[in-house]
Amino acid sequence: MQFNLNINNQSYSVDVDPKTPLLWVIRDTIGLTGTKFGCGVAQCGACTVHLDGLPIRSCSLPVSAVKSMKITTVEGLSKDRTHAVQKAWIAEQVPQCGYCQSGQIMSAVALLSKNPNPTDEEIDSAMQGNICRCGTYIRIKKAIKRASLELSGKNTK
Amino acid sequence: MTINRRNFLKNTALTGSALGLGFYFAGKETVLAKVGQVKELELNPYILIDTAGKITLMNPRPDMGQGTYQSMAMLLAEELEVDINEVHILMTDGKQKYGSQLSGGSSSVRVHWEPLRKAGATARTLLIRAAAQTWQVSEEECYASNAKVYHKPSAKSLAYSELVEKAEKLEIPKEVKIKDKKDFKIVGKAMPRQDIPMKVDGSAIFGMDVKVPGMLYASIERPNAIIGKIASLDDSAAKAVNGVKQVVKSSRFVFMQQAETVAVIATNYYAALQGRKALKVTWDCGEHAKFSSQAYFDKMKAIASQEGIKHEEKGNFAEAFKTSAQTLTADYETPFLAHASMETECCVVSMATDPQAPIQCEIWAPVQGADWLLGDLQRALQIPPDKVKIHVTFLGGAFGRKAFYDFIVEAALLSKQMQAPIKLIWTREDDITQGPFRPAMLSRMSGGIDKNGNITAFEHKIVGGSIQNQWGGLQKDKADEWAMEAVSPEKDSPYAIPNYKISYAHAETKVPLLWWRSVYSSTNAFGHESFVDELAHLGKKDPMNYRIELFKDAPRFEAVLKLLAEKSKWNEKLPKNKARGVAIARSFESICAHVVEVEKTKDGIKINKVTSVIDCGMYVNPDTVRGQTEGNIVMGLTAAIKDGITFENGVVQQRNFDTYRVLRLQETPEIEVHIIENNEHPGGVGEPGLPPIAPALTNAVFALTGKRIRKLPFALDEV
Repeated sequence: MQFNLNINNQSYSVDVDPKTPLLWVIRDTIGLTGTKFGCGVAQCGACTVHLDGLPIRSCSLPVSAVKSMKITTVEGLSKDRTHAVQKAWIAEQVPQCGYCQSGQIMSAVALLSKNPNPTDEEIDSAMQGNICRCGTYIRIKKAIKRASLELSGKNTK
Repeated sequence: MTINRRNFLKNTALTGSALGLGFYFAGKETVLAKVGQVKELELNPYILIDTAGKITLMNPRPDMGQGTYQSMAMLLAEELEVDINEVHILMTDGKQKYGSQLSGGSSSVRVHWEPLRKAGATARTLLIRAAAQTWQVSEEECYASNAKVYHKPSAKSLAYSELVEKAEKLEIPKEVKIKDKKDFKIVGKAMPRQDIPMKVDGSAIFGMDVKVPGMLYASIERPNAIIGKIASLDDSAAKAVNGVKQVVKSSRFVFMQQAETVAVIATNYYAALQGRKALKVTWDCGEHAKFSSQAYFDKMKAIASQEGIKHEEKGNFAEAFKTSAQTLTADYETPFLAHASMETECCVVSMATDPQAPIQCEIWAPVQGADWLLGDLQRALQIPPDKVKIHVTFLGGAFGRKAFYDFIVEAALLSKQMQAPIKLIWTREDDITQGPFRPAMLSRMSGGIDKNGNITAFEHKIVGGSIQNQWGGLQKDKADEWAMEAVSPEKDSPYAIPNYKISYAHAETKVPLLWWRSVYSSTNAFGHESFVDELAHLGKKDPMNYRIELFKDAPRFEAVLKLLAEKSKWNEKLPKNKARGVAIARSFESICAHVVEVEKTKDGIKINKVTSVIDCGMYVNPDTVRGQTEGNIVMGLTAAIKDGITFENGVVQQRNFDTYRVLRLQETPEIEVHIIENNEHPGGVGEPGLPPIAPALTNAVFALTGKRIRKLPFALDEV
């Protein structure tokens, strides 16, 4: 079946089974491989993308459910790694293997765009769906706080 | 005295074990690009410089997150005198000339510390020599800096790109000087990692991301009890799924065992998965379908009561145990574990359809050791190493799992059958249920103290399965050397205990076993360090200060604990609802100790903070040392308080991250890592932080509640 998708402000026309999870359409049909497969059952968050700005697990969402909603993947955050969250991730040297980090970053971006000044509890709650097997959590938290400083205008640098 | 290039490895103390071909760029823009279009000259196997100025460093150790993408290149760049941010870093392909290429055993830096610096220094020496000859000046008047050679008196300079053609023709010097630690410009500094920018915008290429023209997707149904044969198969519904091309019977090789499998091949991965769900297959797993992990622990307990095989003994344990004022015996249990790296097992394999083609098998995969994979392909598929081309991608985690190449061989078999490139992706359920697993182990600890509370006798009997015996490596009447990690009274646990014995008893199992981050150190340290704590409490001694006293003849251990006591404020009293625990272990030639602080809350025990000290000798990047230690703490806590792998009727009971849970951000304690500064030879970094975390935690739980945890995992809300 034919679907028209808006990903990172570009339109794509794809012909796939309507039940195909959005994840595989993004990765295999369209070729944006920054979004990762980790569990297939919305338990790990590696496949997190935004639908109209809200974080969703693309491994568990059939492509037919997307309709006209705008999809943002990690590739769509900036052209040159200059989104505040990407910069913070580099500054705090967060990634180890890096496989889960696209999903982590998308969850963090969704949090901060809604709430540029989150409390620890709000960070915990927004990030609890994203697993990192390398165990980079304390740096993820630091990076979110660093990005928060920039996004909320408190960064004096 | 000069030597030729063929002897380069020999002369820089590297050895190789396999052959291969090909190169691979790890960045997305060049995922399918080949070296060869550019004219490059090889000054030695690790360093290529082209006449246009591009400098390429060959990286022999795959990066699974531990930072070798940077650390190996830094060792080369330090001596080559080039900017680490201006070079290209390529992963090696298994070819023998690159030496040992397995990321495993926390060995990369400690093995390559000198050889890669010598490789850099050798190339630098040749470039300086070429410049000196060009200028007809003495080499002593020249120096290298930032990819140029300078002539000091005249301030003339030539770029490496202008010198490489001349340098390449010179004989390689046998002796080269490498820098002292005090002269390092980048080694030892917290340099930002070169792979990290690629990991924040989705451009890093993992095995999961590879796509080649004409490839088909595969998902494989395997026996529910791991090893077995197909009893019945109805694939009609599977074949009817739109996009499914074929359903084929195939095989999985698991050490010396073989499983029959059913593979669904489709034009897209979702169709392969749907086809797999539609299979009607039953299995005959014979004896394998009778395995129960509970029964296995019962068997290990029975075996633990036998004498066992002595591995190492100081004094006479049996005599001292008999005459001790008080004695204690306890069993500690650690479960089977799955590696569960975030990227599941996956690869693309393309087998040639033309038997005359120079490359018969081309592989794009996240593998820990391309050189070992070449050996496996030769054994399983009789493909000679010189007909294989391996492209090593970034690894989305591995922890030992991707040093076992069953999934590559599976895809190779399917590619051959289908006459097309195959992309094989294991599901998370495949990853968690099919193994190989960390061995489940039991430690039978026995000890005695005198009337002053000093330990007089100590025995650690290690009971469990043998990884090496899966290749038939275990010798009768000899302990499994591989399983004796982290406990050696002489090297790894040098407590001043007069009668100190390590012994072993094998508990056979057909469950496939594999190295899991820190391997037997992770299982052994739990019993070992918990029991030291038990004996300290039995003798009414402070567990930290008691250990420090016992390390009076082991200064590096003593220094680690003294710094840890200070940084964790061990001697400052905590309120009644809080307590601390300590543990220390030496593994992979590094010493690491943690203090865990726990607190009683209405929801159970909370882990507030982990303070850590690591002595890994000299290091390449202190920020990587801290990051790896943080990661080891998190992974070790997961192993301690989340889920083990259990079997009923041969079937693993955990399936995905809902039943095989992983520590999450909101559960992660504050972590503080301190590094000991010294001039000792580098030790490992990727694993040594893991072994002491579980006993440090359970020792803290004991201090808080008086309850001794002797079986992992345990639930913090059920203590």
